[in-house]
Amino acid sequence: MNFPILSSLILLPSIGALFLFFTKGNKKNNFTIKYVALFTSAVNFFLSVYLWISFDPSTSDFQFVEERIWIDDFINYKVGVDGISILFILLTTFITPLCIISVNNSIKERLSEFLIAVLIMESFMIGVFCSLDLVIFYLFFEAGLIPMFLIIGIWGGARRVYSAFKFFLYTLLGSVLMLVAIITIYWLNGTTDVVELYNSGIDIKYQNLLWLAFFSSFAVKTPMWPVHTWLPDAHVEAPTAGSVLLAAILLKMAGYGFIRFSLGLFPAASEIFTPLIYTLSVIAIIFTSLIALMQEDMKKLIAYSSVAHMGYVTLGIFTIQQQGIEGSIIQMISHGLVSAALFLCVGVVYDRMHSRLINTYGGIVSIIPKYSILFMLFTLAALGLPGTSGFVGEFLILMGAFKDNFLVAVIASLGVIIGAAYMLWLYKRVVFGKLVNTDLKQMFDLNRSELFILSCLALPILFFGFYPDPLINTIEVSISDLIDQYNFKLASQI
Amino acid sequence: MEISILALPLIASIISGFFGRFIGDRSSEIITSLLVSISAIFSCLVFYEVIVNQYQENIIIATWISSGSLYVNWSMNIDPLSAVMLVVVTSVSALVHIYSIGYMSHDPHKPRFMAYLSLFTFAMLMLVTSDNFIQLFFGWEGVGLCSYFLIGFWFKKESANKAAIKAFVVNRVGDFGFALGIFLIFYLFGTVNYSEVFNQISKITDKNLLFIGITFNAVDLICLLLFIGAMGKSAQILLHTWLPDAMEGPTPVSALIHAATMVTAGVFLVVRCSPIYEYSELALNIITVVGMSTAFFAATVALVQNDIKKIIAYSTCSQLGYMFFATGVGAYNVAMFHLFTHAFFKALLFLGSGSVIHAFKDEQNINYMGGVWKKLPYTYSLMIIGTLALTGFPFLSGFYSKDAIIEFAYLRGNTAGYYAAGIGIFTAFLTSIYSWRLIFKTFHGEYNNKEIKIDETHESPIVMLIPLVLLSVGALFAGFLFKELFIGYEGLNNFWGDSIFFLKPLSTDHPPLWFLLLTPILVILSIPLAYYLFLKNKNLPDQIANINKPLYNFLLNKWYFDELYDVLFVKPSKKLGLFLWKFFDLKIIDGFGPDGISLLIKKFSLKANKFQSGYIYQYAFVMLLGFSALLTFLIVK
Repeated sequence: MNFPILSSLILLPSIGALFLFFTKGNKKNNFTIKYVALFTSAVNFFLSVYLWISFDPSTSDFQFVEERIWIDDFINYKVGVDGISILFILLTTFITPLCIISVNNSIKERLSEFLIAVLIMESFMIGVFCSLDLVIFYLFFEAGLIPMFLIIGIWGGARRVYSAFKFFLYTLLGSVLMLVAIITIYWLNGTTDVVELYNSGIDIKYQNLLWLAFFSSFAVKTPMWPVHTWLPDAHVEAPTAGSVLLAAILLKMAGYGFIRFSLGLFPAASEIFTPLIYTLSVIAIIFTSLIALMQEDMKKLIAYSSVAHMGYVTLGIFTIQQQGIEGSIIQMISHGLVSAALFLCVGVVYDRMHSRLINTYGGIVSIIPKYSILFMLFTLAALGLPGTSGFVGEFLILMGAFKDNFLVAVIASLGVIIGAAYMLWLYKRVVFGKLVNTDLKQMFDLNRSELFILSCLALPILFFGFYPDPLINTIEVSISDLIDQYNFKLASQI
Repeated sequence: MEISILALPLIASIISGFFGRFIGDRSSEIITSLLVSISAIFSCLVFYEVIVNQYQENIIIATWISSGSLYVNWSMNIDPLSAVMLVVVTSVSALVHIYSIGYMSHDPHKPRFMAYLSLFTFAMLMLVTSDNFIQLFFGWEGVGLCSYFLIGFWFKKESANKAAIKAFVVNRVGDFGFALGIFLIFYLFGTVNYSEVFNQISKITDKNLLFIGITFNAVDLICLLLFIGAMGKSAQILLHTWLPDAMEGPTPVSALIHAATMVTAGVFLVVRCSPIYEYSELALNIITVVGMSTAFFAATVALVQNDIKKIIAYSTCSQLGYMFFATGVGAYNVAMFHLFTHAFFKALLFLGSGSVIHAFKDEQNINYMGGVWKKLPYTYSLMIIGTLALTGFPFLSGFYSKDAIIEFAYLRGNTAGYYAAGIGIFTAFLTSIYSWRLIFKTFHGEYNNKEIKIDETHESPIVMLIPLVLLSVGALFAGFLFKELFIGYEGLNNFWGDSIFFLKPLSTDHPPLWFLLLTPILVILSIPLAYYLFLKNKNLPDQIANINKPLYNFLLNKWYFDELYDVLFVKPSKKLGLFLWKFFDLKIIDGFGPDGISLLIKKFSLKANKFQSGYIYQYAFVMLLGFSALLTFLIVK
């Protein structure tokens, strides 16, 4: 491997951001600025597609590995991908350009700074998904907070400062413990290289504490119940593009972390704490679904539904079943697409009416039909209708969970009923019914860029619903190997 | 050709749905009707092949999901069972498509409507031709979705939207059980393909599972979970509440989805899984009980309803109950036979009632009708045929299938069977009463509508009548013609082949003659009785109702199921949601979490602030205090 493709993926958005940094932002330049950002992220997307195509799914070894010494004997810059990480990279590079297109209508001020934040964030997120060194991972993982914090705090709504700080405090609290855990691992094993740690294993005496430290960070980011309350606030205040990034990509870091580190490094502890994860996941699914049912704010409703959907993800991961983990990854990809689409849908009507309250709307189906059709599709994907990607993930997760624990699967399946109720009720109240609010008559249907963005999201949702093979094929070997390793380590007590 | 049966409705739906605006209303209607009709003709050819040449094939179209040991295909499995369903679905669907051209002529959203109908047909075909449980589930949810779209088709009506959501969510409750059933099957067998599951079933009949401290037999549990799904889709008692509300949709929808096809999917599921159900005595008995309770319950409610479509909806519910207790007594082929004949006469009745509603300009209350039989001669006579067939009047199609169900229930020879037979006979009598009540109140007596003059009522256009005529042919002769094929006694019959499995062969005895004659006699006697009650002496029913006011209200309010569910499920979920949000999330988690901590720090720093007062004497005092404390500590030590 001569061409450092992963480093290019990480660096390219930052170079674009640097370029924007030196371009003066004003009304005239906005057009250029946007296209520079779009161009950068689009190139990055094609690069990642190339990565996917040249990726060899028949092995679970890390591929495209690059290693450079940063601090001698301590930190190496090491990146690489396997089947688990590559899909998340694709998700990131796919969502970012769509986000950049969407800023047209929502971001009126400081456009260039906003795009810098988005691009920097893309860099960090890709970094998270391909780093093979704990310290590097930690740096990217935490650095990702900063652009998001700024996006909420600067371009957010009325209570943006409160939300931004809530977001920051919550996530920082968990992270500090993870840093301590990473230092401990270095102290124990003399390395922070993930591949070496996979091979050597971590002393079973320390696993429980280390697991908990990682957990505290991932649980906040997922977010798992009961540390989820930052998410609705963050979403409500964030601008549309921010919500999209947050829901589609940022939340996936934790799921990825659970698979990569909690399962990979601490199998004995994972086994012990599985009941804890199950309990919290099931509570998340049922409680937040019920809460979502009662929301009056569209964004809050979708935010709560995200918590429920991520509950399925954590549940699936810790089933340690092929179906469960694969389902979790597909659910994360699917949720990335669906929640992004739903937040964009809210953004579309918000740009026109400047209200996120459900009761502002009603009866808009005949005024904006194209929007209504696409919104319906995303609603159905969110409630896991067969033929959409949401179904494949959810069904596989529950199937895996059923193998492991009947009761958990039964309760989690109940969430599917409530899920249908809150999504359809939301759709009914917004789109169907009599037109009461006459201001709505002035709404115009999707413009070209909105139609483009939503269609780009709709296509993979449907495609992977009917033919998820490309996804499953990519992750299959890596996951079966992960499970074998896990069981082997459990059996040999390392 | 086989694949095109599936593909044509899908293509029709895509053309009409996405390009309907460009090609115009009329073209959409013609294209969808034409493509679905071709699909129907192909289905009949396949059915013919299956009858004559025992044609069977499993066509694999593509891989769907393959994850670990789970392997699911998109497939088209043709065997006698799916061939029967193919014919029922595509032919009724084609007729309903054609009928809709007339019925929806004043609606502004014709292409959308036709697209939904075709999409529904596609989903239903995916359901019946699947070779595995997950594709079945795909079709299962797909038809549910189209049902949701079509019930809520008139999206401006609040009641229609509510009914649509109710239908979807109640069905989801059923699907919850169904999905768990599939998980359990996968857990036990490691596969979800019918043939592989059915081959292994006899090996696990003694396997027990422990769930929340209770031991279940594995086969019983699979059967019951799948049956919950079937109950949802087929509107059996407890999960039936969505079906009457579903009548908010346009009438052709009620005929296609809520009478002939989708609601029979539950029956189809049980028959398809006969190799599993045969090993579970418990599940079969429960199905019998549920089936006969539904048959009876729905018939009693139908007696007092005034909405023409709701009467027929409850009638459907009741007939589905018959089909279920037929499967419960092990007579799967008889259940399929009744499903087959019922599709014709119930679609006929619904489309006929649509014709009546059309004539009365969207009036549905039978109290505001009457006396129009001369004005609507074709509709009237066709409705009579449908009613005769439904009630099981001798030698019409319902006679063969319904009486066979009652006979086989009797021949089962166990307690559940005898009860079912008894209730079956009584319900047949009730069916006859409410059906004739509908006919007499709608077409005879005085004209009771104040809004429209009697001269303004008019017979429906020919495009609506042709489907009715074709269906009436089915209602008249389907029973007689297909009796031998479906439920032939003679032992020569091997039409069903492997698609239906009998652990013990069905009894070939004949019940006593008096038993055979009982139902037809009751059915015939009920006609003059209904005539007397609802035409001659109209005050009598009111008097009966007045004397038994509580009973009447109980029936009129559909046994208060909706109210009960509202109190038990809907309101508590909303209250719990509100509680969890306002109290738990905001007060407890945020209150003790981030907000609480930041408040605490704020308070603390405010206190700390006070120390920095800037007065030297205060600082000196604190120093002195500290110094003396230190001194004391040292001395004591």
